[in-house]
Amino acid sequence: MADETHDILNQFTNKDYEYGFVTDIKTDFIPKGLNEEIVRLISAKKNEPEWLLEFRLKAFRYWLTLEMPDWAHLHIPPIDYQEIIYYAAPKTKEGPKNLEEVDPELLKTFDKLGIPLHEQKMHSGMAVDAVMDSVSVKTTFKEDLAERGVIFCSFSEAVQNHPDLVKKYLGSVVPYRDNFFAALNSAVFSDGSFVFIPKGVRCPRELSTYFRINAMNTGQFERTLIVAEEDAYVSYLEGCTAPMRDENQLHAAIVEIVVLDRAEVKYSTVQNWYPGDKEGKGGIYNFVTKRGICKGESSKIFWTQVETGSAITWKYPSCILVGDNSIGEFYSVAVTNNYQQADTGTKMIHLGKNTKSRIVSKGISAGKSQNSYRGLVRINKGAENARNHSQCDSLLLSDTCGAHTFPYMDIQNESAIVEHEATTSKISEDQVFYCNQRGIPTETAVGLIVNGYAREVLNKLPMEFAVEAQKLLQVSLEGSVG
Amino acid sequence: MQQYIDFFKSQRQKIDESCAPLLNAFREKAFESFQRLGFPAYQSEDYQHTDIAGLLKDDFGFYLNHAVTGINPRKVFPCNVPNLNSFKHFVVNGQFYEEQTAMNLPQGVFSGSLNTFAKQYPALFSRYYNRQAAEKGDGLAAFNTMFVQDGYVLYVPENVIVEKPLQLTNISGGNVNSLVNRRMLIILEQGAQAKLLVCDHTTDEKPILAATQVVEIYTGENASFDFYEMEESSLNTVRLTANFVQQAASSSVIANNITLSNGVTRNNYQVDLTGKQAETHLLGMAIVDVQQKIDNFTLINHRVSDCQSNELFKYILDDEAVGTFSGRIIVAKDAQKTAAYQNNRNLLGSNNCRMYSKPQLEIYADDVKCSHGMTTGQLDETVLFYMRSRGIPKEEAALLLKFAFTNDVIGGIRLEGLRDRLKLLIEKRFRGESLKCQGCI
Repeated sequence: MADETHDILNQFTNKDYEYGFVTDIKTDFIPKGLNEEIVRLISAKKNEPEWLLEFRLKAFRYWLTLEMPDWAHLHIPPIDYQEIIYYAAPKTKEGPKNLEEVDPELLKTFDKLGIPLHEQKMHSGMAVDAVMDSVSVKTTFKEDLAERGVIFCSFSEAVQNHPDLVKKYLGSVVPYRDNFFAALNSAVFSDGSFVFIPKGVRCPRELSTYFRINAMNTGQFERTLIVAEEDAYVSYLEGCTAPMRDENQLHAAIVEIVVLDRAEVKYSTVQNWYPGDKEGKGGIYNFVTKRGICKGESSKIFWTQVETGSAITWKYPSCILVGDNSIGEFYSVAVTNNYQQADTGTKMIHLGKNTKSRIVSKGISAGKSQNSYRGLVRINKGAENARNHSQCDSLLLSDTCGAHTFPYMDIQNESAIVEHEATTSKISEDQVFYCNQRGIPTETAVGLIVNGYAREVLNKLPMEFAVEAQKLLQVSLEGSVG
Repeated sequence: MQQYIDFFKSQRQKIDESCAPLLNAFREKAFESFQRLGFPAYQSEDYQHTDIAGLLKDDFGFYLNHAVTGINPRKVFPCNVPNLNSFKHFVVNGQFYEEQTAMNLPQGVFSGSLNTFAKQYPALFSRYYNRQAAEKGDGLAAFNTMFVQDGYVLYVPENVIVEKPLQLTNISGGNVNSLVNRRMLIILEQGAQAKLLVCDHTTDEKPILAATQVVEIYTGENASFDFYEMEESSLNTVRLTANFVQQAASSSVIANNITLSNGVTRNNYQVDLTGKQAETHLLGMAIVDVQQKIDNFTLINHRVSDCQSNELFKYILDDEAVGTFSGRIIVAKDAQKTAAYQNNRNLLGSNNCRMYSKPQLEIYADDVKCSHGMTTGQLDETVLFYMRSRGIPKEEAALLLKFAFTNDVIGGIRLEGLRDRLKLLIEKRFRGESLKCQGCI
């Protein structure tokens, strides 16, 4: 069985990244490097109001005082921030008014990625905002959503059309002083999505943003802001891919979510940035700050993430539970293969009474990868009757990979109940043998077991994404018996 | 920190005077390390909630000349634990209390002062002393090596079994703020067995009594060592310990640490499993209230395959007490078939106490069984109700439950007399009575 296992493993780890093509498209670059001029230039390119430029400059000046964090269980080669191009945009005249004005090459790219930008052709009924390099290319179903008062547009548009809302919420959950990458993003962010769901509205479609890095030597710094007013509901999905390149590219994004009384936001991610080749060359550095705040009572935030790509992942989607009875949940499957490294997890900060949080994290490591869960559960003094349950399991598929768990629990209230459990193991030979006996070949058996292992998380994904995520899991891992 | 550097430079001669030259030989290197490392930085990953430099910033007196105090600890501290028939030793303010009476220890066993050991067994001393502390220790261990003047050594030669437990009582006292540096060296050769109980007492309530303690334990193949520590001191006590354990194949170590009354305590454990089928049990319990602080840090290194480690730490916190537990298990790349379990359970009794817990796993091998668990909460309401509905008063029911909670840790003690005494002490503690282990005032 060992040989067979080995073959299957090889076969699958040799499977190529499917989205590694480059689109030949005219791109508008700014000079590489980072200084105040660049920050001003980006702001000018986006035609931004003065207050936003101020925000960027403050962030930039603060960033200069910081050093890159080194506490994560990651080996990050030094990054030269002066070698990165901070803004790259597919060339257009005035910004596309309708589909006909969008460069056909661009449309082809998104077609190739399976992202439906032609509204008439769409079956899924999902509204999409497509972001290529630094700018949003096209947002679909905008008018339809606007009828119900839902604002779903690119961040730049929101700055132009809804400055009050942006001003009110920008940086309210992730201030620019939050951390090194948050400061960097706040200084140079280029685009992203903006979602606003007004009082009492249940967003009729799933909203989705698709991020694509295309240009060489660029970094992607997008910013997403989601605001759900009282009793609102939205489910938001995010996907991402990048071309195969030998050099590493930096992606440092910020996601902020504000949830008011009784509102609910579901945020799902299928992260499939280029992970680098089999020797660990190239790939995206994915350093992301994601945080949501349950401001109102009985509000809810659900994070679901399937992390399969990126050379290095540094990401902790968090919930601040301020409102009484608010709920934060985090479901994650993180898969690492070859030389990938991931340090991912969540933070649950309980401030309000009767707040609840739940963490389910499933790590799968293969090849020579390192996969860490890092999470913080803090119950503050005023958080009466807070409740947390964390479960983080790790599955090891080779004897050269690593699986690590770093939970932190700070409890300052006696009425809290906090539980944490974690296990680490490999796929048991008994399980595989059991399947073999019943005529299921090893490869399928392992696929079944891995899928079963991740099911709890995959079930939380919206239908279309669940299918994609399941396929991704198969690409990365199926057949690899430890 | 500078004060200690200056102090060391100026008092070097006095420190050396009463000590064996072999012991003094280690100071210079430790001094270099300390200057380089300093005290562990507050709020760094491993010292998030204990500020060592802050705790030691006061002007502490050192007992450099080790003048004979004239105290006969046997009279002052007549340990009266029933059923605990043990060989008794005392360390007074860091200095081993030498007695003339022979102890009837098995042939070849050395149980006595660090200085005497250095003189009598220079080869063994040089081979083991400060080996682990220098290699794995931080600035605090270096600090101890710089200043330590005496300590306790237990050496058990090959295949010798010390049936009767050994008991060491650390006594600190004085009328000014003082700092003592204690040291222990435990060497069990192949097939040797021993049990050691260390009781930590302070005599005075008022001045701040700080102690650093470095313990190095070596167990040979098939050796077995039980290490029980009980701290019963006062709110003004600072206790900083670093325990280093190195285990050869098939050896077994139990380290059980009970904190009943203290001020600020930080215990470090670093265990290296270097031989196959070695087994470690790390247990800890703390019952803390008022402003007590307890911080246990453990690091278990599974370097080879087929080893087993088991950790269980239970805290009961009340009032404004602060509890910290950090556990880290590292399973090296080739340490297949490792079984490592880590468990931390805490009961919170007031809204002002705080608990920080960090049970961590770092695993680089695939064929392992590792798990960790942590719970923090209160006594189960339904269970309390069940007991009350059967006529047990609320207080009594809560007491029974808390008692049961501590029992896992107490139950792991393989000295019957100590186990019974601890049960009594814990019960008294829960009933709000005086906690002092009677014999030791």
